Amino acid sequence: MGVLKVTDLSVSFGDFNVFHDISFEVKKGEAVAIVGPNGSGKSVLFRAILGFISYSGKVEWAKNIKIGYVPQKLFVDMHFPVSVGDFFSFKTKSKQAINEALNSVGIIGNEKYLRHHVLSKKLGALSGGQFQRIMIAWAIINKPDILLFDEPTSGIDVGGEETIYNLLHKLQTQNKLSLVLISHDLNIVYHYANKVMCLNKEMVCFGEPHQVLDPASLSKLYGGEAKFYHHEH
Amino acid sequence: MNTDIIFSIITGTFVGLASGYLGSLMVLRKMSLVGDALSHVALPGLALGILFNFNPFFGAFAALFASIIFIWLIENKTKLSTETLVGIFFTLSLAIGLVITPEPELLEALFGDISKTSAPDAVIAVILSLVAIFVVRRVYNKLVLGTISDDLAKSVGVKTKKIDFVFLLIVALIVALGIKVVGTLLMGALVIIPAAASKNISRNLGSYAGLSALFGLLSSLAGIYLSSVVEFAPGPLVVLTSASLFFVSLIFKKS
Repeated sequence: MGVLKVTDLSVSFGDFNVFHDISFEVKKGEAVAIVGPNGSGKSVLFRAILGFISYSGKVEWAKNIKIGYVPQKLFVDMHFPVSVGDFFSFKTKSKQAINEALNSVGIIGNEKYLRHHVLSKKLGALSGGQFQRIMIAWAIINKPDILLFDEPTSGIDVGGEETIYNLLHKLQTQNKLSLVLISHDLNIVYHYANKVMCLNKEMVCFGEPHQVLDPASLSKLYGGEAKFYHHEH
Repeated sequence: MNTDIIFSIITGTFVGLASGYLGSLMVLRKMSLVGDALSHVALPGLALGILFNFNPFFGAFAALFASIIFIWLIENKTKLSTETLVGIFFTLSLAIGLVITPEPELLEALFGDISKTSAPDAVIAVILSLVAIFVVRRVYNKLVLGTISDDLAKSVGVKTKKIDFVFLLIVALIVALGIKVVGTLLMGALVIIPAAASKNISRNLGSYAGLSALFGLLSSLAGIYLSSVVEFAPGPLVVLTSASLFFVSLIFKKS
């Protein structure tokens, strides 16, 4: 078995059926992207497989697996009095572990530099791109086997998006990290994901992007005429 | 200086310290107004204490304890909107409290009177304040992480529901203690204002929590001392002092 195996997973809130009968598997070192329109249940899927909400079906994680998770919504504003250093201290007391994690997300410097220019900054004062890097560093600090990332590029401009995905790709190949990403950007899916899951109340497709993202499943996923065509370069 | 004022200063200092420290979390969790509304619930409890001749602190704490269980249950077990229910329930208990509190004690219950603090009262207040600070310190980081994201906290093994409950318990405890100092109407100010002032000038969590506790302590101390000098009720003076600290902090506010 791979890192994660999900069988016939369904979630409802009261009478409202969020999604039903989702089955898929994530193997070691694989990048799986989850795509679908707003409200299709992508974030709920994460919350279910992490065990935060009740569900029916089966979610099996590999034994002793370490999971890193980055949720989409964080309540941090400009005036939130929590520094980057405070935020890391919620997870580890080891300065070395923090510095290593920062280095591996491309925030490079000696201990003094990091302390003065990164760790002392307020979490809410970071730019979107810096913030996501810090979130990734936070998530990988205890060297997880799999990283679940809800919209890695929300709040980041177009140039920054690519950097974040390159970074995730690097972590995936270097550390044999499995990735499960929720993404709205099909271009990114073609470039970086080994597998893609199309989710809209049910699993519309699952497999390698080039094979499963055909106009038929895209139109089923987003409704009407699919507006996206992939150009081969 | 007579011994009464010494007991009241000791009580006020410790309760102020604990209120400021706890208030820093309440402000972060956007619970400032819950704290305010919650303090109104204490009034019927206080009144029962006065009417049946037992320590009003225990009456207040029992009423607060019952209402935090109530809030916790509606938040966790139902899909009802907490805000409206809290608004209705709390103003209702304020009204009941106003009706059943004997007239001579009403002013004291509403605005506090720490000048009549006995030695046993002071000892209880000091011990309970220290217990509150100790417990809050143990769950502080977890609560802040849960404020940033409940899911993120859960993903690293924080039992958020349990900790939220412990936190609410401590809120009830501190509100019950603080009522002695500033009364049911002004208790909100004792937890909110020091934290709001500290938030203006803090860049990290350590200084935020520390300054908030310090401002709580200073405003209680200064307010109670002033009240003995000008012979005016301490409650409003404590709040005025802490509000002054807030306005000074605005000048030093860092973006």
